[in-house]
Amino acid sequence: MNLLVDSNQAKSNSLISEAASERTLYPYVTGTSVIGIKYKDGILMMADMGGSYGSTLRYKSMERLKPVGKHSLLGASGEISDFQEILRYLDELILYDNMWDDGNSMGPKEVHNYLTRVMYNRRNKFNPLWNSLVLGGVKNGQKYLGMVSMIGVHFEDNHVATGFGNHLARPILRDEWHENLSFEDGVRLLEKCMRVLLYRDRSAVNKLQIAKITEEGMTISQPYALKTSWNLAAFQNPTAGAEGSW
Amino acid sequence: MGKAAVDVPMKGGFSFDHYRRNEMLSNKGLKPPSFLKTGTTIVGLIFQVRILGIYSYLRRCLFNSPLMFAFYVQDGVILGADTRATEGPIVADKNCEKIHYMAPNIYCCGAGTAADTEAVTDMVSSQLQLHRYHTSRESRVVTALSLLKSHLFSYQGHVSAALVLGGVDVTGPHLHTIYPHGSTDTLPFATMGSGSLAAMAVFESKYREGLARDEGIKLVTEAICSGIFNDLGSGSNVDVCVITKGQTEYLRNLQTPNPRTYVNERGYSFSKKTEVLSTKITPLKELVEVIEGGDAMEE
Amino acid sequence: MKQQANWSPYDNNGGTCVAIAGADYCVVASDTRMSTGYSILTRDYSKICQLAEKSVMASSGFQADVRALQKVLAARHAIYQHQHNKQMSCPAMAQLLSNTLYYKRFFPYYAFNVLGGLDSEGKGCVFTYDAVGSYERVGYSSQGSGSTLIMPFLDNQLKSPSPLLLPAQDAVTPLSESEAIDLVKTCFASATERDIYTGDKLEIVVLNVSGIRREYMELRKD
Repeated sequence: MNLLVDSNQAKSNSLISEAASERTLYPYVTGTSVIGIKYKDGILMMADMGGSYGSTLRYKSMERLKPVGKHSLLGASGEISDFQEILRYLDELILYDNMWDDGNSMGPKEVHNYLTRVMYNRRNKFNPLWNSLVLGGVKNGQKYLGMVSMIGVHFEDNHVATGFGNHLARPILRDEWHENLSFEDGVRLLEKCMRVLLYRDRSAVNKLQIAKITEEGMTISQPYALKTSWNLAAFQNPTAGAEGSW
Repeated sequence: MGKAAVDVPMKGGFSFDHYRRNEMLSNKGLKPPSFLKTGTTIVGLIFQVRILGIYSYLRRCLFNSPLMFAFYVQDGVILGADTRATEGPIVADKNCEKIHYMAPNIYCCGAGTAADTEAVTDMVSSQLQLHRYHTSRESRVVTALSLLKSHLFSYQGHVSAALVLGGVDVTGPHLHTIYPHGSTDTLPFATMGSGSLAAMAVFESKYREGLARDEGIKLVTEAICSGIFNDLGSGSNVDVCVITKGQTEYLRNLQTPNPRTYVNERGYSFSKKTEVLSTKITPLKELVEVIEGGDAMEE
Repeated sequence: MKQQANWSPYDNNGGTCVAIAGADYCVVASDTRMSTGYSILTRDYSKICQLAEKSVMASSGFQADVRALQKVLAARHAIYQHQHNKQMSCPAMAQLLSNTLYYKRFFPYYAFNVLGGLDSEGKGCVFTYDAVGSYERVGYSSQGSGSTLIMPFLDNQLKSPSPLLLPAQDAVTPLSESEAIDLVKTCFASATERDIYTGDKLEIVVLNVSGIRREYMELRKD
């Protein structure tokens, strides 16, 4: 056994032997869906606080909605450690932006663009950041809401959702979203989507945060739970519906 | 191991020799042909509403008599399906039927390989018919359920049919889902196929107990539309089937929300067909000797 | 604890592109659906990018690669303008696009492009590509998920002269501008009927002497 591999040789092998290199091959601790919508005055975003370790619910107070600079809000699903790394990149980005001291500050569009480049660059190195990111914000009266995937696919829309949310929440959003949603209606719509995810996404938990960003600033709510109902009569005694079968 | 043990066919059970052979071939790089799939959104729900009888209602209004509860229960099952059949990324049939007949009071939506859903529902429906001739009684939904699940289970998931079975029998309305491996569920509302999540989003946010017939139809239609517009495997039109005690309504193409978006008024001309330049007929009878009245076919 | 499917650096975000060249115009069109697997990401994403005054590129395939490609070309065109003080011609852009694609021969851009525009004489031109930069000037072309449905129809309607003919014949189509637009609309309406990755909305860009113009048409949303 030759354990002292020549370092150059190790490098040239790095594309082939995956065990020898350090990169995210699969995620460890993950967060599930994030949903974001535009509403009359800005952007609303919602996510639960679960951190799954495979199918184990390992962490229950994961904050997955974070402010970025003065005008943007970032929501993340996927590998939590990668998300926290991204937050460090963004801290540096915002710091360097501040150091110009020219009165300008990065808006959501710039931050989103930065994120797309970071994600795409890492996929080019075959070392992806295992996340789907939602970026929302308001600057100069312009609302902005976009998404980036792990391999750099990105777009803007009036409503976005990551992971399971793309299958379960967006059908509802496409039916019920409209330009002039009030804050209350927006929250109601997001809660409706989260409730469906709670029922149907096994890694979703009933401890959620909702965040709002407008021209005036942003607020991220304290954790709270939604009312759910599990007492349909047909669920009480399921075997009664198929007596005689097995 | 003696020779006899090899030659004697196994008793009972199923042979998966072909499966093993196909696995070996595909490991060696053989591509099996692709089948017609019904990408599909299929759904079903049970409705049950207690309606106040008109007579007692009028009496209450007109004569201010003491409250007289005279409820009657209207209940049944509603099944729904889209009408797109796909073959990979191509739409193979824009208006196919995915709600299959099982018995006059039982219907079944099918998703998966089109041939499998068709064959499995046909086979079970004929067994149900024979059973009715035997017993002179209306088929029950559990009978269909048990026949379907035991067939599917014995094929270990290789018969790829995912079904939503619904019907009304002597014991009331029933709704079940059946997975390709043979497991079953008994549910108040159900969805299956690639559009199942989109449709389930509608059910989970809008279903409630005590839906009336028309509300049920509206909800099923909405769920199917959600599949049609959000899932690429589903599309075209909405089929609905309403089954109540003693009555079945098959509402084919209840909604057609996807008309063609553009037709050129000028039309298109296509170049001339291949021209027939000359015709020559060679009568074969003159070239060979025909012996009439050979051995007559046995009858 | 490996539950995740093996990671892939590529995805297919679907979509169809068509370009038709005429004697004094060029039509470039694509649908605006962006999808992954069986789900729609957005119904309104433009796949058409204006690279220079008289060249427009429509691309389908992997959106992140397409966007990267568009950015590289935009940067290269900015440098070209600084060095030559003029807009790049469409045939020059066609060569640049080919070189840019081939540069990544062994980690290709998963992008299927058609480039449309007007050449130096004002004649319509269309260039069609594969993912690694092989290209050809043609009279019309189609790329992307619906191309297998559209291309035979275009071949039937716009029989172009053989490129083997000598002296070389013009590859441009004999249609008028409005006929070409009608043809494009029919192509997409038909492709949407049968291709699950094509739909939502059609974006048509028309280039002619008077400049550049955009048109939209609704497509099936299922």
